[in-house]
Amino acid sequence: MSERVPRILIVDDERPILRFLSASLGAQYEISEAATGEDAIQAVASEHPDLMILDLGLPGMDGVEVTRRLREWTDMPIIIVSVREQESDKVAALDAGANDYLTKPFGAGELMARIRVALRHTAPVEVDAVFQSGDLTVDLARRVVLLGSQEVDLTPKEYDILRTLIQHAGKVLTHRQLLRAVWGTAYESETHMLRVNVSNLRRKIETEPAKPQHIITEPGVGYRLRDNR
Amino acid sequence: MERRPDPEALLAQAQAEERGRGKLKIFLGYAAGVGKTFAMLEASHQRLREGVDVVVGYIETHKRAETESMLAGLDVLPRASIDYRGIKLTEMDVDAILRRHPELVLVDEMAHTNAPGVRHAKRYQDIEEILDAGIDVYTTLNIQHLESLNDAVAQVTGVIVHETVPDSVIDEASDIEVIDLPPEELLVRLKEGKVYIPDQAARAIQEFFRQGNLTALREMSLRRAAERVDDQMRSYMRTRAIPSVWPASERLLVCISPSPHAEKIVRAARRLADELNADWFVVYVEVATRPELNPNHRARIDQTLHLAESLGAKARTIAGRSIPEAVFNYAHKHNITKIVVGKPLRPRWREWFSGSVVDQLVYASGDIDIYVIGANLESVQPLVSPAWRPHRPALRYALSLGLVGLATLVGLLFRAHIEPTNLVMIYLAAVVISAVYLGRGPSLLAAIAGVLAFDIFLVPPYYTFAVSDTQYVVTFFVLLTIGLVVSTLTGRVREQAEAAVQGEARATALYSLSRDLASATNLEQVVNTIIMHISEVFGRDVAIFLPKDGQVATFAHSSGYVPDENELAVANWAFQHDQPAGRGTDTLPAASVRCHPLKTGGGIVGVLGVHPSQAGSALTLEQRQSLLGFADQAALSIERAMLAEQAKQAELLAAADKLQTALLNSISHDLRTPLVAITGTLSTLEQDDQHLDAATQRSLIHTAREEADRLNRLVGNLLDMTRIEAGAMKVKLEACDVEDLVGTAIGQMEERLEGRTISVNIPADTPMARVDFVLIVHVLNNLLDNALKYSPKDSPLEIQGRRAQNEIQITVMDRGIGIPRDDLQKVFDKFHRVQRPEQVTGTGLGLSICRGIVEAHGGRIWAEERRGGGTCVTIAVPMAEPQ
Repeated sequence: MSERVPRILIVDDERPILRFLSASLGAQYEISEAATGEDAIQAVASEHPDLMILDLGLPGMDGVEVTRRLREWTDMPIIIVSVREQESDKVAALDAGANDYLTKPFGAGELMARIRVALRHTAPVEVDAVFQSGDLTVDLARRVVLLGSQEVDLTPKEYDILRTLIQHAGKVLTHRQLLRAVWGTAYESETHMLRVNVSNLRRKIETEPAKPQHIITEPGVGYRLRDNR
Repeated sequence: MERRPDPEALLAQAQAEERGRGKLKIFLGYAAGVGKTFAMLEASHQRLREGVDVVVGYIETHKRAETESMLAGLDVLPRASIDYRGIKLTEMDVDAILRRHPELVLVDEMAHTNAPGVRHAKRYQDIEEILDAGIDVYTTLNIQHLESLNDAVAQVTGVIVHETVPDSVIDEASDIEVIDLPPEELLVRLKEGKVYIPDQAARAIQEFFRQGNLTALREMSLRRAAERVDDQMRSYMRTRAIPSVWPASERLLVCISPSPHAEKIVRAARRLADELNADWFVVYVEVATRPELNPNHRARIDQTLHLAESLGAKARTIAGRSIPEAVFNYAHKHNITKIVVGKPLRPRWREWFSGSVVDQLVYASGDIDIYVIGANLESVQPLVSPAWRPHRPALRYALSLGLVGLATLVGLLFRAHIEPTNLVMIYLAAVVISAVYLGRGPSLLAAIAGVLAFDIFLVPPYYTFAVSDTQYVVTFFVLLTIGLVVSTLTGRVREQAEAAVQGEARATALYSLSRDLASATNLEQVVNTIIMHISEVFGRDVAIFLPKDGQVATFAHSSGYVPDENELAVANWAFQHDQPAGRGTDTLPAASVRCHPLKTGGGIVGVLGVHPSQAGSALTLEQRQSLLGFADQAALSIERAMLAEQAKQAELLAAADKLQTALLNSISHDLRTPLVAITGTLSTLEQDDQHLDAATQRSLIHTAREEADRLNRLVGNLLDMTRIEAGAMKVKLEACDVEDLVGTAIGQMEERLEGRTISVNIPADTPMARVDFVLIVHVLNNLLDNALKYSPKDSPLEIQGRRAQNEIQITVMDRGIGIPRDDLQKVFDKFHRVQRPEQVTGTGLGLSICRGIVEAHGGRIWAEERRGGGTCVTIAVPMAEPQ
């Protein structure tokens, strides 16, 4: 199965964008296309693609709704593509279960990286016991965090945040998703609490907290752990 | 005095001819059944044959076969149906006529009164409107319906006609055709049943159709037509400027009183004025608002003045110390040659005391002729006061007698101790008190009663008229004289004071309006000031309608009164026809609002609507005149405010225009430059025949990519600006870590910041800021972008964050070329770019977007010179509440 060329479904109503994506991804992936949300759902049901690139501003059924419908029965990774004006839609799609997002216009390299991360997460969860990125080492089995060779002392919540981010390394997590994972569903809107903890966490694991290398803020959306593996 | 045709009059006449107003032809008859309608139809058939577009607007055939047959071949417009309290009434459809716009329209029965709810109260007003639209009109009229002949007809025939048309209508008609039929023949037609008589009035009409009556009416109509021919002759001479027969112009002044005969006098004066071809004036002299003048009298005066106006007179209320004085003042001012007054109705004995106004007028008339017109006492019902009023004369006379009684009682107490010559002073006091508080009549009574009481009770021998000492005769005489003089003097003083107070109140009200208007700066304030003053002075609800797209719309109104659609329609009519309309006028009198066009030299600026707060109260003539004064003042101020507003608009437009040009200049350059690079690269690669080596290709692509990013930033900025300007920017306030804000901004610009050292200095205990994370990151991006653009490639940047009181300040600092001191403020203005020879691109939008965003947070942004060279830009935003 690992040898099979992954299939990607591209959903966008703009012809030039479809053409550009097909051209740039066609060398490595098998591409199919859809122009509306309805067609996309149809295609997912019949073709079972490995990943979907979904434009938010579709005519008729919009991207958020498509994500919601698909998540009722499939875990196939979905990468959202949106323009800057659609902040709230973007967060809604991510909360609905989309795996990642990209803001238009974007470079092909960036897209490739996101696709790689998304496809990796679909493989059976085999999170390494030890996460290593740059000077940061986290031993999940022993709950030990090292910055270089120095052990870092984290509060339980800070550790939980870091662990959750590591489990989805390279992928954006919305405020809501992080809060739900660390504090539980009752705290979904306590963004303030999350910010304070992330800020403290950064002071402990970033050499220069004002120029973070590990925990990247996605403005208006959430956080992403940079994955340098 | 030499009379030459007035050039202005000639001009007016020429304009009237040019204006294209329709011509009016009246078929004048002396009674029903003489064949007016038939003659009119006959004439219209003739016109039809000449190719004129003739339409029947309204014809009453009364089912007469010969008339009905004449309708054949004519285009008859359907009548409008009006629903009046459940009854269907049909009236002429004026709007349909105006829409159809024929050359000639036939309208029967000019004197007809329209059903309530129709636009005009009278049909002749409908005809006026049709004529104004440039349509010729044929109409019919019976002589008894002419306003000025109304009384004469009533006297001759004993029938009072209520439907009248003003004489001016006849004067304005371009043609009058008298339909004559000898009375004998008319009576024959009547017997044959050829004359239509409504059933319910049959008897009265039978009375009316007597040979004597008919002959008199016939004579009247022929004479009226002859007068009219005479007028035409004169008018012809005037247009040809033939001065030799110019008559010495007569000017008539008619004085009226609250007497029920006043209307009759006005009508008679109108005939006199007509015969003399004179201008005429009707005045009521207000010696003061005497308590005697009860509301009924006042209403009658208003009604009479109104009638005079409708008959073509200039009607005025004038004030003065005495009637003759006021009348002669007015007469001399207006070159009056004849004065018309009514015969006094008061019993002869009353004139012994107060003197007859007519006598006084005749005595003082000098070279002015005085005409005295008699009254027919039987035909008039005396005016009955509807209710007992405290200011009724009887009470005041009784009070004055009471005062005399009181004086007598005091006198009786002291007559044993005090000389009668001194006791007389008590009576004098009673007379003076009466004069001051009760008016002239009661004080006269007090003087006379005082003399009698003094004689009977205080002068020995008591209780008789007999006087023991003849010296008391002197006392009586002096008491009486003093009483008379004092009462006259105090009465006059009081009257003048009251008149002065009234006049002053009016002047003060108008003055305070103009003062408040002067301090009003914009249209809204002006209008509200007008509304406030008018509703205060007249006790009315007020609305101001201003034009909008060729119509008027309600602009402002008194609180508690919102004009409804009907009232707006009245305002629109007043606006379009430049005439008062609504309540108390002839047009749409059923409406609840009275609308005055607000006119200035420049035209109509709007409409003033006055609406009574309680039903039933009508404005008096003075109030109406005073209201006109207010309206003039209001019109001027509204015009001034509107002009100012227009000027401001024009200024704004010019500024916007300038801005737009700047935008186009700046943006077209900045949008095209990246596109040139991108298009160039792509076309080069497209046509490439393997000549370009890999390194060149990569460099080309890299440039194109950078340019595309720049284009993206520019478009983003333009969109942001648009959003800020449209107020569409949503600010989602959250507690945000300052370090995170700065870090994210730096992270997003990582590529472009390569090779620069950026030092960030934020104390660890800096509280969170309460901002929209995305927007503030955007601001920091823009500030960093500017710092990069305006500083040397390898110079360091610095960012500081700190708390200052209750706000968070973030400063972005560079070691660049700096901003000239004069420009430190202006850099935040839209499209402002510091003039630089260097090739630095940018629209000058970045900093203005920053300001827009920061101000939307309730924050500030400013630029400073940095010590040691360079620029500091600081934003200050609110601090989050510590949680």
